[in-house]
Amino acid sequence: MERRRFIKTSATLGSALVLGLEASSFKPAMARSPVQANDDAKSRVVIAHGSDLNKTDHSLSQPHLARLLDATIEAFFQRPAPAAWRSLFSPHDVVGLKVNCLAGVNLSTHPEIVSEIIDRLLLAGVRRQNIIIFDRRNRDLIGAGFKISQERGQVQCVGNDQSGFTEQLFEHGAVASQICRILTQRCTAVINLPILKDHGIVGLSCALKNFFGVINNPNKYHMNVGDPFVADVNMLPPIRDKVRLTICDALTAQYEGGPPFMREWSWPMDSLMCATDMVAMDRIAWDIIEQKRAENGIESLEKAGRKPVYIARAADVEHRLGTDDPARIQVVRV
Amino acid sequence: MNRREFLAAAALGCSIAGSPVRLIAQGTSGKADLVEARYYEKLANRKIQCKLCPRECVIDDLERGYCGVRENIGGTYYTLVYGKPCTAHIDPIEKKPLFHFLPGTSAFSLATVGCNVMCKFCQNWEISQSTPDQVKSFDLPPYDVAHVAKNRACASIAYTYSEPVIFTEYMHDSAVQGNEVGVRSVMITNGYINPQPMKDLCSVLSGVKIDLKAFTERFYRELVAGELKPVLDTLVLLRKQKMWTEIVYLVIPGQNDDRKELEAMCAWIYKELGPDTPLHFSRFHPQYRLKNLPSTPVKTLTMARQIGLDSGLHFVYTGNVPGDPGENTYCPACGEIVIQRVGFAVVSMSLHNGTCDKCGAAIAGIWS
Repeated sequence: MERRRFIKTSATLGSALVLGLEASSFKPAMARSPVQANDDAKSRVVIAHGSDLNKTDHSLSQPHLARLLDATIEAFFQRPAPAAWRSLFSPHDVVGLKVNCLAGVNLSTHPEIVSEIIDRLLLAGVRRQNIIIFDRRNRDLIGAGFKISQERGQVQCVGNDQSGFTEQLFEHGAVASQICRILTQRCTAVINLPILKDHGIVGLSCALKNFFGVINNPNKYHMNVGDPFVADVNMLPPIRDKVRLTICDALTAQYEGGPPFMREWSWPMDSLMCATDMVAMDRIAWDIIEQKRAENGIESLEKAGRKPVYIARAADVEHRLGTDDPARIQVVRV
Repeated sequence: MNRREFLAAAALGCSIAGSPVRLIAQGTSGKADLVEARYYEKLANRKIQCKLCPRECVIDDLERGYCGVRENIGGTYYTLVYGKPCTAHIDPIEKKPLFHFLPGTSAFSLATVGCNVMCKFCQNWEISQSTPDQVKSFDLPPYDVAHVAKNRACASIAYTYSEPVIFTEYMHDSAVQGNEVGVRSVMITNGYINPQPMKDLCSVLSGVKIDLKAFTERFYRELVAGELKPVLDTLVLLRKQKMWTEIVYLVIPGQNDDRKELEAMCAWIYKELGPDTPLHFSRFHPQYRLKNLPSTPVKTLTMARQIGLDSGLHFVYTGNVPGDPGENTYCPACGEIVIQRVGFAVVSMSLHNGTCDKCGAAIAGIWS
């Protein structure tokens, strides 16, 4: 509770009431509800900045990382972290951790963060064997520092290329895809663990785009700067119904040259971002990327021809996946 | 048959003459299995631009093209499916359908996963719309393709089922190997390919079947995720290259069966490709993302065939209607049946050395 004193919020009058409503309205195993156009509640996005995260050998300091994660969760849920985790997950849940490992060890979800999240899930009562780390391919997971494991009684870690996809076709709008079996057949809940980076086609890769990694055919949906495809993918029921939380690993972020890691355009943001509204998170993430591009004399994503219009699409009346209106987003900096 | 050929043939044993084999992949290929793609340009920052099909995808490092089977790894573009078909069968050549190409012979038919369009009515979507990570493939390099085909007494190798444009390197090299042992190659394609790779293929292929999916850009945009014009350009190119070409037009109720559209298409074929270009009007059955539509009424196919004949085309067929008179080849000079078919089977032929037995008129095609 001490940490609350350090929370700096951009909210103005009435924020306490808004915060209370949002935190108390969250129930375990609750499907993510579309944001209603007339809903007065703001979507909260926490950006928690850490210090002393890197040790002299460039590895991450696990205690500092643990404190950063707890601060992030407490700022978002306005309650002690253990209680927040318990409110999110029950001992009966099978929790998928959707990481983003395409770009290798320098620009992927850190195994150290995943490890801290796993510790908190265990404390919340989730069984070890019911925690599954997954991404598109085993080789991507290995490249980011994860160890493939399907050992009984242990945390599972496996790529979709090994565990396979549904026979069933899931469709929404322009999208028709098969979805990985981990998500459809095993998980009851998902924590979305994206990274924050520029993307050479769709402009931004953060919360919504991370779910291209659960479908069999993301190659079909990179046209037209990902619009409406990114939004449509996130409308598929297994994704819509199971994602309960997004924690963006922004320890390292990249404002140009993505999706691969490009050292010259990355920077140590040393932050975690947290939201339940993925659209709101992406809207704020976009601002961060644009600000960094401007600081470094690089043209805006719009001028570069890859404005991430899929964010607005995800917020429109057809999708209602969240809000992209900055006036309706409460950014909490920790 | 040497040991290598025997092993290749044995590996295929379970899939030939059966249904397509599809299994969940146990893993993905390592880089050692990869072959550098042809037809691409390197761009700044490890990006590349594919030049294989009109889509011309610009692809970042670590990403794949629209087809899903060509990947940029560190600024070099690789095909992930070279020598890795996911299915292979021995089919009658009439199944392709190619009605004027060595009738009554068998075609060793193979496909890899992947496609450069996304037809909502695709009948093979489980392989065409998949990626190599999803579908089990087996090793069958070009040399083995040719020798399996030869040893199985196939007159041709058919690159088919999915979309051979996207495995053009494998197709090209297999065709070269096939030609060396006297087995010809035919490409069963959507025709959505850039001119240069098509020209290069023409030097090794003996026949092409083009799926002309409609005659409007709207249809291509909404139901194919492609474009009509490049396909028409390919047809004209094939004509200029003197490549034996047949056209299939899948008639989908309410989508591409408008009389005026069919008349315009047939007039275009007559003018640009000539009256001897075979045209097959095939019957649609509900598939993939168009399960809400009915099968094509036979009378619609009959109407379409009549439009083709009225346009002056000599060889217009109905497809997927076994026993229909529109399956037969009629001599354009005397009207006699020169090839009688039921389904994919040739029942009788009154054709020798490419001429009608009755009147001696030449029938366009590749007959020997």
